[in-house]
Amino acid sequence: MNIFRLFRKKTSGNIAKDRLKLLLISDRANCSPEIMEMIKNDVIKVISKYMEIDEDGMEIHITQTESENKNGSVPALYANIPIIDLKNA
Amino acid sequence: MSEVIVVTSGKGGVGKTTTSANVGAGLASLGNRVVLIDTDIGLRNLDVVMGLENRIVYNLVDVVEGHCRIKQALIKDKRYTSLYLLPSAQTRDKTAVSPEQMKKLIEQLKKDFDYIILDCPAGIEQGFQNAIAGADRALVVTTPEVSAIRDADRIIGLLEAHEIHQIDLIINRLKMDMIRRGDMMSIEDVVDILAVPFIGAVLDDESVVIATNQGEPLVGTDSPAGKAYLDICQRVLGEDVPLVNYEGNVTFWAKVTGLFKKG
Repeated sequence: MNIFRLFRKKTSGNIAKDRLKLLLISDRANCSPEIMEMIKNDVIKVISKYMEIDEDGMEIHITQTESENKNGSVPALYANIPIIDLKNA
Repeated sequence: MSEVIVVTSGKGGVGKTTTSANVGAGLASLGNRVVLIDTDIGLRNLDVVMGLENRIVYNLVDVVEGHCRIKQALIKDKRYTSLYLLPSAQTRDKTAVSPEQMKKLIEQLKKDFDYIILDCPAGIEQGFQNAIAGADRALVVTTPEVSAIRDADRIIGLLEAHEIHQIDLIINRLKMDMIRRGDMMSIEDVVDILAVPFIGAVLDDESVVIATNQGEPLVGTDSPAGKAYLDICQRVLGEDVPLVNYEGNVTFWAKVTGLFKKG
């Protein structure tokens, strides 16, 4: 279908970088991808009680953020959950 | 005021010992009094890379256990008069020395040397704990491979936990043709992932193997790696050495230079 995609084969260097990025997030947070998936599913379950959300567009991962107490950077759970419709409760 | 630098990587075989030898020799060639300490007890290697294996009488464990004075164990380098090696013991193991003993030894060496370079063993066990105990700063060596970078990230976390905050990254064995094809992570990729200041890159260069065969550090020679190591030494001293291209790909290196300045 997409002709351009044929010419844009993902290079092994980029594959390595993407794999490492994911791997280091769980290494640094001491949290496996399986646990992240479980957290994601639980978050979906809870939020879905109150509003309709876009599950495919949802992002959830662990990042670094500056601590307010000047302790340097600390891990933070980042979630971006697009809302499709607010249910009328 | 002397500075204690640990050369570490986590993963084995990425070039810690070669880097230690060349950074030590380079700093000595630039007029500093330098002592290299091989902290890999049981797997002694720095002596052969330096070509000093035939001159060993006493070693690190002998000094720590009081069998000899420090001066008796120090081996003077063949080329640089201000460079010394304190070799490791080959027939003992990592538990022969404690982090406290390493700290004490380093304190004693500080009055005679400007730079104390510690060649760290692979792994994160006691050998690593010994090597980093007295260090002020670290050079983390990695190669552009998934396993080496993962281990480097773990090491950086451990160094930070030990209050070593000056951590600089050396990327070793870059293959420019593979990077151009997209089949190897670039300097930018690795720096982006590890997020520590970048201090220099060394290309995969046959002259490194030849120099090791001959037991001579190649820092300062005309080879790409020899030039790269000398630049790294100057940056260790705090000089602003631009990142140059040893092989001809200007735009690539120009991009990296921008990255380096931010760090």
